[in-house]
Amino acid sequence: MNQRKKTLVIFVGAVLFLVVVTVAGVFCYDAARVTDFSRKNLSPCGQYLFGTDWMGRDMLTRTLTGLSMSILIGMCAASISAIIAFVLGVMAAVLGNKVDSVISFLIDMIMGIPHILLLILISYALGKGFKGVMLGVALTHWPSLARVIRGEVLQLKNSQYIQVAYRLGHSKMKVAMKHMVPHLLPQFIVGLILTFPHAILHEASITFLGFGLSAEQPAIGIILSESMKYLITGKWWLAVLPGIMLVLTVVLFDVAGGSLRKILDPSSAHN
Amino acid sequence: MKGTKVQFISKNFIRMILLLIAVSIVTFTLVSISPIDPLSANVGQAALGSMSQEQKEKLEEYWGVNESPVQRYLNWAGDFVRGDMGVSLLYRQPVTKVIAVKLSNSLFLMAIAWAISGVLGFMLGVLSGAFRGTWLDKLIQGYSLLIASTPVFWLALLLLLIFAVWMKLLPIGLSVPIGVEASGVTFFDRVQHAILPAITLSITGVSNITLHTREKMIDVMESDYMLFAQARGESRWSMIRRHGLRNIILPALTLQFASISEIIGGSVLVEQVFSYPGLGQAAVAAGTGSDVPLLLGITLVTAAMVFLGNFIANILYGVVDPRMRKGGTVS
Repeated sequence: MNQRKKTLVIFVGAVLFLVVVTVAGVFCYDAARVTDFSRKNLSPCGQYLFGTDWMGRDMLTRTLTGLSMSILIGMCAASISAIIAFVLGVMAAVLGNKVDSVISFLIDMIMGIPHILLLILISYALGKGFKGVMLGVALTHWPSLARVIRGEVLQLKNSQYIQVAYRLGHSKMKVAMKHMVPHLLPQFIVGLILTFPHAILHEASITFLGFGLSAEQPAIGIILSESMKYLITGKWWLAVLPGIMLVLTVVLFDVAGGSLRKILDPSSAHN
Repeated sequence: MKGTKVQFISKNFIRMILLLIAVSIVTFTLVSISPIDPLSANVGQAALGSMSQEQKEKLEEYWGVNESPVQRYLNWAGDFVRGDMGVSLLYRQPVTKVIAVKLSNSLFLMAIAWAISGVLGFMLGVLSGAFRGTWLDKLIQGYSLLIASTPVFWLALLLLLIFAVWMKLLPIGLSVPIGVEASGVTFFDRVQHAILPAITLSITGVSNITLHTREKMIDVMESDYMLFAQARGESRWSMIRRHGLRNIILPALTLQFASISEIIGGSVLVEQVFSYPGLGQAAVAAGTGSDVPLLLGITLVTAAMVFLGNFIANILYGVVDPRMRKGGTVS
C-alpha cells in the first residue's frame, strides 16, 4: 500500500466515523432526554458506558446527540463562512485596489475583536438562542480563509495563462469564473473542511458560556457546563468522557481535512 | 530615510485608530439591534407597569430611546473619548473602574500565559522544524495538533479535576481565598490561585505558535542557503543559530503579537471555569446580564489591546528587519 492509498484510507475512516456519530446522535435524540431516577449518578459500567447523570440520563446518548448537534451546526455555519470567504477573497483580488483595501480592512477589523467576544456580541444582538449561535459562528469564521484565497488569487493574476486570457479580451468576470475558480476549488474545499473543527469548537464554547442553545437541549457545551457543578463531588465521568469524544471529533475533522489536502495536492501524487 | 519611517509609523497608527472606530461602530450597531429592550431589561417589567407616563418619558429620555441610533452612537462615542464609558448596570460602578479592576486581575494571567506560550512555542517549533521527520518532530506535532483540537474550557476542567479535586494541590477557583479579608491576602495566595488558569492558557497558546513556527522553519531548512551551509560543513546547531533563527524571528514576532487576541479569547473561557474575577468573566456576565455599557467597554478595550499588539509588531518589523531599516518596503 503506498502513501496515497494510506491517506485515502485514513480520510475515509475519519469521515465514516463522523457520519456514524452524527447519524447515531440524531437517532439518540429522544433517548437522550429520558430521565430515570432509579439509575442516577452511576459511574461508567457495562450497561452505561459513559455513566448516568444526576437525573438518571444516559450520558452516552446525551454525548452522541450533543456531538451530532454540534457537528451539524458547525458544518452549516462553516459552509456559510467559507462561501463568504470565497466571494470576498476573489472580489478583493479581482476587483481592483479600492475593493481590496475595503475588504482587507474588514478582515483586520473582525480579527481585531477576540473571537469569543464577537460571538457573545452577535449572540446578544440576535437575542441569544439557536439563531445567535448559528449566525455568530457563520459570520465570524471567514477572515482567515478569505485572506488565504485572496493571496492565492493575487498570485494567479500574475500567472501567464491568466494574463493571456486578459489579452485575448475576456472580461474580468469570465476569467474569474472560467480560469480562477476551478484552480481555487481544491484549496477551497480543504479550507472548508479545516474550518469545521474551529466552528465546532466555537459552537461548544459559546454554548458552554450559556449564550447558545437552551439548557434543556443536550448540546455538548451544555453537558460540559453542567458537569462543572458536579466536578467537586467527584463525578469525573460527566466531564471527562463527553470531552474526550468532542476532542476526538475535532481531531478527526482535522485529520480528514489534512489527508484530503494531501490527496488533492498534485505535487504529492507520486508518493 | 527618516521621513519614510515616520510616514510608516503614522500610517500604521492612523490605520489602528480607523480600525478602532470601525470596531466601535460595529459593536454599537450589534448591541443596538438587539431585541432586548433597554427599558424593560434595566428597569424591570413590573416597575415599568406601575410608572406614570411622565416617569416613563423621563426614563426614555435618559436611556435615549427616542433618539436616532446615530445620535446615540455619537453621544456615547463622545463620552468614550473623554474617558467616560458610562455606568455598569451590573456592578453599579463606572465602567472604567470595573474594567480597570478586572483588567489588572486578568493582565497577570494573560502576561504569564503570553510569555510562556510564546517562548515555549517558539522553541518547540524551531526544534520540530529543524528535526523534521524524526520522533521528536512527530511528538511535538502530535501534541500541538491534539491541544489545538482541545477546547480551552475542557482542558481547564480537566486540570481542575486533576489538581484541585483529586490531588487537592491547588485551590478550586477565584483569585483570592474565600473568607479572607482583602488585607489578609498575600501575594502567595494570588499566585497560587492564578497557577491553574495560567497553565491552561499557556498550554493552549503553545500549540498554534509551535505549528506556525514549524512551518516557517521547514521553509527555511529547505532553502538553498541552508543546503549551502550544510555543504560548507556547518553543524546542525550552527545552521539553526546563524541562518534559521535569524530568518524566522520576523514571522515569530508577528505570531507572538497576533496571539494576543487568542489569549484574550481563551481567558474568557478559562476565567469562567475557574471563577477567576477577570475581564473575561466580566464580559460573560455583561453578555448574560444585558449590561450594554460594560460589554461595549470591554470589547473596545480588548480590541484596542489587539490592535496595539499588531501596531507594535509592525514597528518592530521596521527595527528588526534590515531591509526595512534601510527605508525599503516589505510587501
